Amino acid sequence: VANTQQYGRSIYTSGARLKQMYWNDKSVEGEPMFEKVLIANRGEIACRVIKTCRRLGIKTVAVHSEADSMAVHKRMADEAVCIGPAPTSQSYLVMDNILKAVKDTGAQAVHPGYGFLSENTKFAAALADMGVQFIGPNSKAIHAMGDKIESKRIASAAKVNMIPGHDGVVQDAEHCVKLANEIGYPVMVKATAGGGGKGMRIAWNDKECRTAFRLSSQEAASSFGDDRMLIEKFIDNPRHIEIQVLCDKHGNGVWLNERECSIQRRNQKVLEEAPSSFVDPVMRKKMGDQAVQLAKAVGYDSAGTVEFLVDSQKNFYFLEMNTRLQVEHPITEMITGIDIVHQMLRSGKGHELAYKQADVPVDGWALECRVYAEDPYKNFGMPSIGRLTKYIEPLHIPNVRCDSGIQEGSQISIYYDPMICKLVTYGASRTEALNTMVTALDSYVIKGVTHNIPLLRDIITEKTFVAGDITTKYLQKTFPDGFQGKVLSETEKHELTALAAALYAKEQLIARSFKNQSRIPMKTELPTSWKLEVHLNNEDVKLNVTTKDNKFEVQIGERVYKVADTISFSTPLMDIKVDGQSHLIQLTERLGGNRYRIRYHGTVFPISIMDEQVAQLNDYMPEKVTLDTSTVVLAPMPGVLKSVSVSVGDSVAEGQEVAVLEAMKMQNSLVVAKSGKIKKVNYKMGDTVDEGDILVELE
Amino acid sequence: MAAARIARNVLSRSNVFSLQNIVNKHARCCSVVAGSTQHALSVKRRIDKAREASLLGGGQKRIEKQHQKGKLTARERVNLMLDPGSFVEYDAFLEHDCTDFNMQKEKYPGDSVVTGRGTINGRMCFVFSQDFTVFGGSLSGAHAKKICKIMDQAMLVGAPVIGLNDSGGARIQEGVESLAGYADIFQRNVNASGVIPQISLIMGPCAGGAVYSPALTDWTFMVKDTSYLFITGPDVVKSVTNEDVTQEQLGGAKTHTSVSGVAHRAFDNDVDALLQLREFFDFLPLSNQDPAPIRDCYDPWDRMVPGLDTVVPLESTAAYDIIDVIQGVADDSQFFEIMPSYAKNIVTGFARMNGRTVGMVGNQPKVAAGCLDINASVKGARFVRFCDAFNIPLVTFVDVPGFLPGTNQEYGGIIRHGAKLLFAYAEATVPKITVITRKAYGGAYDVMSSKHLRGDTNYAWPTAEVAVMGAKGAVSIIFRGGKDQAKNEAEYIEKFANPFPAAVRGFVDDIIEPRTTRKQICQDLDVLASKRLENPWKKHANMPL
Repeated sequence: VANTQQYGRSIYTSGARLKQMYWNDKSVEGEPMFEKVLIANRGEIACRVIKTCRRLGIKTVAVHSEADSMAVHKRMADEAVCIGPAPTSQSYLVMDNILKAVKDTGAQAVHPGYGFLSENTKFAAALADMGVQFIGPNSKAIHAMGDKIESKRIASAAKVNMIPGHDGVVQDAEHCVKLANEIGYPVMVKATAGGGGKGMRIAWNDKECRTAFRLSSQEAASSFGDDRMLIEKFIDNPRHIEIQVLCDKHGNGVWLNERECSIQRRNQKVLEEAPSSFVDPVMRKKMGDQAVQLAKAVGYDSAGTVEFLVDSQKNFYFLEMNTRLQVEHPITEMITGIDIVHQMLRSGKGHELAYKQADVPVDGWALECRVYAEDPYKNFGMPSIGRLTKYIEPLHIPNVRCDSGIQEGSQISIYYDPMICKLVTYGASRTEALNTMVTALDSYVIKGVTHNIPLLRDIITEKTFVAGDITTKYLQKTFPDGFQGKVLSETEKHELTALAAALYAKEQLIARSFKNQSRIPMKTELPTSWKLEVHLNNEDVKLNVTTKDNKFEVQIGERVYKVADTISFSTPLMDIKVDGQSHLIQLTERLGGNRYRIRYHGTVFPISIMDEQVAQLNDYMPEKVTLDTSTVVLAPMPGVLKSVSVSVGDSVAEGQEVAVLEAMKMQNSLVVAKSGKIKKVNYKMGDTVDEGDILVELE
Repeated sequence: MAAARIARNVLSRSNVFSLQNIVNKHARCCSVVAGSTQHALSVKRRIDKAREASLLGGGQKRIEKQHQKGKLTARERVNLMLDPGSFVEYDAFLEHDCTDFNMQKEKYPGDSVVTGRGTINGRMCFVFSQDFTVFGGSLSGAHAKKICKIMDQAMLVGAPVIGLNDSGGARIQEGVESLAGYADIFQRNVNASGVIPQISLIMGPCAGGAVYSPALTDWTFMVKDTSYLFITGPDVVKSVTNEDVTQEQLGGAKTHTSVSGVAHRAFDNDVDALLQLREFFDFLPLSNQDPAPIRDCYDPWDRMVPGLDTVVPLESTAAYDIIDVIQGVADDSQFFEIMPSYAKNIVTGFARMNGRTVGMVGNQPKVAAGCLDINASVKGARFVRFCDAFNIPLVTFVDVPGFLPGTNQEYGGIIRHGAKLLFAYAEATVPKITVITRKAYGGAYDVMSSKHLRGDTNYAWPTAEVAVMGAKGAVSIIFRGGKDQAKNEAEYIEKFANPFPAAVRGFVDDIIEPRTTRKQICQDLDVLASKRLENPWKKHANMPL
């Protein structure tokens, strides 16, 4: 039980059989283990590794930047070492500082997590020189797989299915165009050192090809310090499915099934599941075997992931191998019962793999939603920053796992990845896992930063997703005009309206609950009914509310909704029964004047409620003029201006780039919405801007 | 016809004078002797007619014009602000008595203001609402008399007065009579000050001498885009100083809430303003004889606020938002901020703690490091004095690096103005609870509700630093010309950049975990509810104005 305690809960299967989270985690009784491990990372992954270490009785050392001095991972660890100022280039990426921390604390091994130095061969080599174990594959394997050209050669030799492409580095934009024409459009231009969607672009014609090369190589240079680019055939409408492998130093290897990671935006994963509804046992075995073949071919000796692109005919092509612990590893852990971090530590220590392929089951279904601090209404997610003024993970729900490294009061800063949490749900079937995810997302309280729960909540109930009919193009296809928020059905609209009306009535009653105002006798009789007009989604609904036996009866048209009075303005999450059926809503903001912002089915709806007579008068109120955004270019998120390419008086054409904004290591090209002349340029290159700042104004 | 219909609409909506009632009573009178019946009937008709006229104000055309401007009529406003059916009107028949310039031919029952009383969420208040449709809402002797009457009544029973201002100014035809009217109101405003809360909501023009009535009341709110306050309008400004300025720039809501500090808050439109005024009213006691209101509270009084443990950044110069702290501890995270756009380096406003109204004051490290300057001192002082006058406990969050230095401030009289805040806190006898979240430096430490100014409970968070000044400045004086200033600075920080120097002297009562702040404050407020403290008798203090 000890091992699950750290998540505060256990796993239930449909038969209500109590299971520990790592029910299938194997090791040899009494085998030696590291005594102290340093985690060269931050945030949720550092916390994740620390949890396993704690479970195994291994002492942990955290490293942290000055900005992370109060971070959860720092406080969870037994020891902590500050390794520099906030920017990653001065802290988490500075090898010397981390090596010094290793030396000073006497750690015997270093777990690099993902990102940062996790796939840095120099780091692995430097540790080896110090006699400290790097928890990950040997540096030769990292090197071979980290280089996309080299990895292709090896994979090809190992008889792994390949995508047509150019076998070598692209020299310049023109060379890129030439190669693209040889391979045939569409093509994918990507950095050899890339990963996580950075330094990667798709081109459909020569013009796009040049732009893609320019932007991607710049991004690669700033993100990885390596601007070498690759080009390959781009497979349209593919799925992204990957195989988790686990190997030891003795030449053994097993595959831990697949993960379906097709739901992506800008080539970054948003939602993952294991297993994939598309993969059958035969295909799984074929993919798994090829993945292990490749791993063995490079002498792989830790946990790793082989990524494949899969077309609609179930053909799969090798994409790349990630030589680290993957972000989405928890879903594999949930369906196999294996603690992958533990197994990495074991192979790092030199132990033989404790699993034969037959020991690895597909047990149930797991889903992972990546909850990010970002605005899903802008390009499916533009990073946002802020302080988590209220933060409650839905851990009270059975079969929910939250891998996070933050808590109420934490700051989401511009320096690091904007991920808030990996929300994982588990079920005996996909449907069960999905249903749990719906409740979990609705119960997840996050205030202070904009987050992507509206989008996640919409995806998991969208019919093609529920049917398992997905590709990496899913978001663009499902939301061709960008994500607009939950589209309410007629019934949902009425239920939400009824809930909001009940909230109004409750607020009116509380407003009259004075306890010590008796000098001038108060009018004490409480109102028992209201005639209201509710404004939601640009529609006005007239209704009546009556209080009756601890219920609010809301009459809309002919229909009467009975809303239970479990309304509280003090708890962020309300579970309110409408006609006996439970509804999870969150009152995210009370704006005064009976205007609320209510989160319902993931999306926050602004709702204004008025007495019918007040509403009549409200019709006289003038519309407020809002800023015409077609004549300005606004910063879509906080960041630093990489370049400003126009000056006052310039004529610009619709869609022309006027500035490049770098935020969270991503370069964003900002364009004008219509043709015109530049009236004002408010910022210059290098300036730090806030979300919503007006960068350029048109005449 | 249309006019009569509207009047009936207004009548039936107000629920007080239902036409039906009048007609019924009228029917019952029929058995009386013929002659006097005739007379009674004609009186009845006259009453009905006058009342109908009074309900219509300046007439249908002008009502429509008012609506076109995006404004409501005087009666619509009153009905919207008060609980439905609670409005009791005074002086609906009162008319002006001016005969100059043929004014006797133009009379409106009730003249250019609607007055009366009613309830807001069950509690009594008196109200006047200037009617722009009658003579542009101009102030006649009659108009003033009506306002004075309800003010006198309000004083008599101890209930607040709310004024809804929408007036072109003095009734020029009446001359000095009108000026006398203003002065009568001013005198009552002053007499009522500190006895009953007085609230002004500017919902249209308010110019000339008229502006001083709102200025004398406790609270001045405005409606964005449709309300203006100025001594003289743009035309006069142009002719006197040759300045080109629009009404909005000169005296619009934005100007007065962010530049001049004349208004305490602005709302989007008439409806929004009146609805939010109702919510604001709920925070206030009815008079200085009443305790701060307590309402049902569902937010646990001892709720922990874990987010506060990390709200103060480790770097002592880094900014954070004090509103996060205030909302963190307040009931349901609700905070009604006063003057949110003016002197943002200090935050003031109302919240509830375990159901009880409290006044919250906090230095805002996010703006100008939270220092006290002239505007912040005056803003804070006025807020503190209101709370003290009306028995509202004060909760103060301190993170202040000191008073803002410089010629600008000195020439502007920071000494005089800073003294106002000091005076206000020192004079206040309501429960005073203080939490030092970080810096409490120099004289500003003393000012911000310190123990020495009769603070009832004073807490320090572990991040608190109480000292005469920051390390750099201090070291350059203590170790003048010293060699190893870095070492000296470190020594100073070690000694003073923590809550101990204050705690060992009893200047703070305890060092508390930030997460427990709500619990501590709620507990203390309960204990301090029976606090009795009086200042020595005096005619009045001589505050440094």
